[in-house]
Amino acid sequence: MSESIETKKQIFEFIHGRFPQAEIGDSDDIFALGFVNSLFAMELVMFIEKTFGITVPNDELKIDNFRTVELMADLVGRQQVLA
Amino acid sequence: MTLVGVVGAGVMGVGVAQNLAQTGHDVILVDKDEQTLSEARALIERNCRMSRLMGGPELDAAEVLSRITTAVGAKQVAGAEIVIENVTENWDVKRAVHEEMDAACGPETVFVVNTSAIPITKMAAVTGRPDRVVGVHFMNPVPAKPAVELIPGFHTSGETVRRTRDLLTAMGKKAVQVKDSCGFVSNRVLMLTVNEAAYLVHEGVASAADVDEVFRSCFGHPMGPLETADLIGVDTILYSVEVLYEHYADSKYRPCPLLKQMTDAGLHGRKTGRGFHDYDPSGRLVAAGSAH
Repeated sequence: MSESIETKKQIFEFIHGRFPQAEIGDSDDIFALGFVNSLFAMELVMFIEKTFGITVPNDELKIDNFRTVELMADLVGRQQVLA
Repeated sequence: MTLVGVVGAGVMGVGVAQNLAQTGHDVILVDKDEQTLSEARALIERNCRMSRLMGGPELDAAEVLSRITTAVGAKQVAGAEIVIENVTENWDVKRAVHEEMDAACGPETVFVVNTSAIPITKMAAVTGRPDRVVGVHFMNPVPAKPAVELIPGFHTSGETVRRTRDLLTAMGKKAVQVKDSCGFVSNRVLMLTVNEAAYLVHEGVASAADVDEVFRSCFGHPMGPLETADLIGVDTILYSVEVLYEHYADSKYRPCPLLKQMTDAGLHGRKTGRGFHDYDPSGRLVAAGSAH
């Protein structure tokens, strides 16, 4: 559980660092907020892989896994369990 | 299966090579050193992985890369039936590469010049095969863009146009055929639009943010002309407008003094962090129109 909180915190800080003005909750769809595009999704993948030392498999590389901080933390959790 | 040569492994060449390979073509991708080619392979692998995430098809990076052979030197494309040249938009560089390709390739090989500015007839004249040289203006990122400008030069044969069209169709591209004219359609209209937008800021009619807002909100464009200028590079825009001005000797292409000043001041857009708008180190817009 604490791992998940730490994961969420790191992901949130990455997004917040890019968009300091945006108010983002853990379950807010960042793509629906209008300022994030698919290019940023690619940056998120690279950030997550580098920060958490995982490789996101091809079948998990879909926008629905990157919509919210929670979903991204879940994805990281799934891959860390498999590792 | 057609073997296609791709010369130049920069942004455009990488996109062309990937697009060809993912549509089942065998590709020989060449550049002047191993380092560039190794970076190109890594970039293609990453772009394939991210394809679906970016709204494209699902791609198997290993399968795409298995169709791409890399080699150092333009003459390595000697065995290709069609060669797509994507080196930098500089006449002297392009001319040298075409001379090298012309010496290495068989007489039937078609040369495609990927350019937004270089006259195709002029490029064809440095080869011994002006009937087999044709222009194609690919858009970036190549695999994601559905259409191109197809530009036959003065001597380009109908057979060359047909073969090129067939290849473009197989790559999933719609080809809009236009005549050989400096800037073709895309840049003649785009560069004048950007130049006029710069004049509006220069004259104080509207801020850069407001100019872009009109295009985004009123016309539904995804990006305004000055954001587009920042993306392409303000220096590149100035260079393109100057090329049009020089070529047509028509005052309607006179470059806006603001473009010159911004170029001199190093305000080149996203790549320098500041242009008509401000950007963070990753290239993301952080302050609209604050430069003016």
